[in-house]
Amino acid sequence: MTLAVHVRGLHKRYGDIEAVRGIDLDVNAGEIFGFLGPNGAGKSTTIKILCTLARPTAGDAKVAGHDVLRERDEVRRHIGLVFQESTLDDYLTAEQNLRFHAELYGMPSKIVAARLEQVMEMVGLWERRTSRVQTFSGGMKRRLEIARGLMHSPRVLFLDEPTVGLDPQTRASIWRYIRELKQREMITIFLTTHYMDEAEYCERIAIIDRGTIVALDTPENLKAKVGKDRVQIGTADDDAAIAALKAKFDIESANREGLVTFAVENGEQFVPRLFADLGVPIRTVHVARPSLDDVFLAYTGSTIRDAEANALEKAGGMARMARVARR
Amino acid sequence: MAIARTAPVVVPPRSWLSDLRAVRIVWHRDLIRYWRDKPRMIASILQPALYLFVFGTGMGAGMRPTGGLDLRVFLYPGVMAMATLFTCFFSAGSIVWDREFGFMREMLVAPVRRYSIVVGKALGGATAGMVQGVLVLAMGPLIGVTFTPLLVLVLLAELIVLSFAITSIGVLVAVKIKSFQAFMALVQIIIMPMFFLSGALFPLRNLPTWLHVATLIDPLTYAVDPMRRAVLSRVSEAEAFGVTWSGWPIPTFVELAIVAGTGLIALAFAAHEFGKME
Repeated sequence: MTLAVHVRGLHKRYGDIEAVRGIDLDVNAGEIFGFLGPNGAGKSTTIKILCTLARPTAGDAKVAGHDVLRERDEVRRHIGLVFQESTLDDYLTAEQNLRFHAELYGMPSKIVAARLEQVMEMVGLWERRTSRVQTFSGGMKRRLEIARGLMHSPRVLFLDEPTVGLDPQTRASIWRYIRELKQREMITIFLTTHYMDEAEYCERIAIIDRGTIVALDTPENLKAKVGKDRVQIGTADDDAAIAALKAKFDIESANREGLVTFAVENGEQFVPRLFADLGVPIRTVHVARPSLDDVFLAYTGSTIRDAEANALEKAGGMARMARVARR
Repeated sequence: MAIARTAPVVVPPRSWLSDLRAVRIVWHRDLIRYWRDKPRMIASILQPALYLFVFGTGMGAGMRPTGGLDLRVFLYPGVMAMATLFTCFFSAGSIVWDREFGFMREMLVAPVRRYSIVVGKALGGATAGMVQGVLVLAMGPLIGVTFTPLLVLVLLAELIVLSFAITSIGVLVAVKIKSFQAFMALVQIIIMPMFFLSGALFPLRNLPTWLHVATLIDPLTYAVDPMRRAVLSRVSEAEAFGVTWSGWPIPTFVELAIVAGTGLIALAFAAHEFGKME
């Protein structure tokens, strides 16, 4: 099976700024692949190259088996795009926007009506098809863009921050469409996000920082590499519990906010042993998996929020001061 | 939620046919937008009406700058050209607008040749300009212009050439300009001299040399002149108003060739520039 996305040694330079510095990447057909990183890390630039909207300075990129430089039209036929910013025509109705798309993509006229109904039903906008896009909320516009991106059955759907600026309910429904899509048409979904919780929905994630990929794996494996789960227990006798943990399991623990807290690999599997062998009555148990925030921190040395703050400072010409401050 | 399933769509490979469909839909969209923008339509009828009926009547009553000829009849072809000029340029501005509001990307990633989008835009603006020109054309009988089928046909043909050429120039400007404000400013800088130097408002005879030369450079001159010639064809002194090259009245077909040629060159440049856009 052809890889949905195949990238080797990709570079993109804008003047003095190297936005992308050597990215290698393979995305399988039918996969939900997430590109995770702070603003300014090179996510959008990479997507633009993959969508034939920007030319790479160096390196190769193939999408749906076609070269993004030499076979632009072929790439364009096989991809759908949903950008961060709206690319709808507000003056047209929802249906007119989709029909424009169908014509531009040369869809056979016979199938346009049925396809239009299908994608608009899917995002729950069929009833509003004759409304002008002007009258739509931000969430509705995004849903309409997703519907439009799907009109021509792309093999790869690129979603650049598909849920940014949307309320939690709309975000949830957009994720429902994304998963539905993958099942129904075996579409490969390539998305960028800087929401950690969204990255969890992806089958694999690439963490990108300063133009390079610093980690690439399933969310589970990434978290496993970072290490241990955090377990917190409420007991009848905390001091006895801490002593028992040390004696029986060789685990260092401490009392934090009235709970005995410690780190352990595979926390969920450890809990039954804990109940059986601790010898101190346990009242409550809480196991927390490492979050992607922990993962991002481990790979980039900063939390995603800090990384964005730094990117902003750099933009303001305060890079040196920020670096000094960190040391 | 059960959703009717359709088989995945197969987008046919790009061909001249898909480019043609792209031209058509880009053109169609511009027309929908033009039709929906009623305030703009009203404004663009009002302006030529003011020139023709208020300026033409008032100025003509007091000064008679065109001798025995009704000033309004003299202005009529010029005002028709002006209305077309303004509408075409504004329509071309939708390219800048589309870029600022993101819609341009939808077109840039489509599997069609970029020139088809430029051509679609040029045709859309030209059609809007034509409609505008025809609205002014229809005012003819109100100022005593007698329509013959031949006159209407000739004027329509000349309007088509003019609309296409002006929109192409507008598209070229729009492709190069990044913000709408800058475009509007530049349009003022381009439109007003084109309009004033074209002979739309005064006869191009007995001018000081500098002004005469300036009018010869203006492509709009070569659109206003044949339109006026057609309107005044039954007035004996018609040629006395027209533009000449060292005393030689330029034949209509040469003038229209100049206008069309300017448009084609502008469109070719616009398509080339548009192709490079990222």
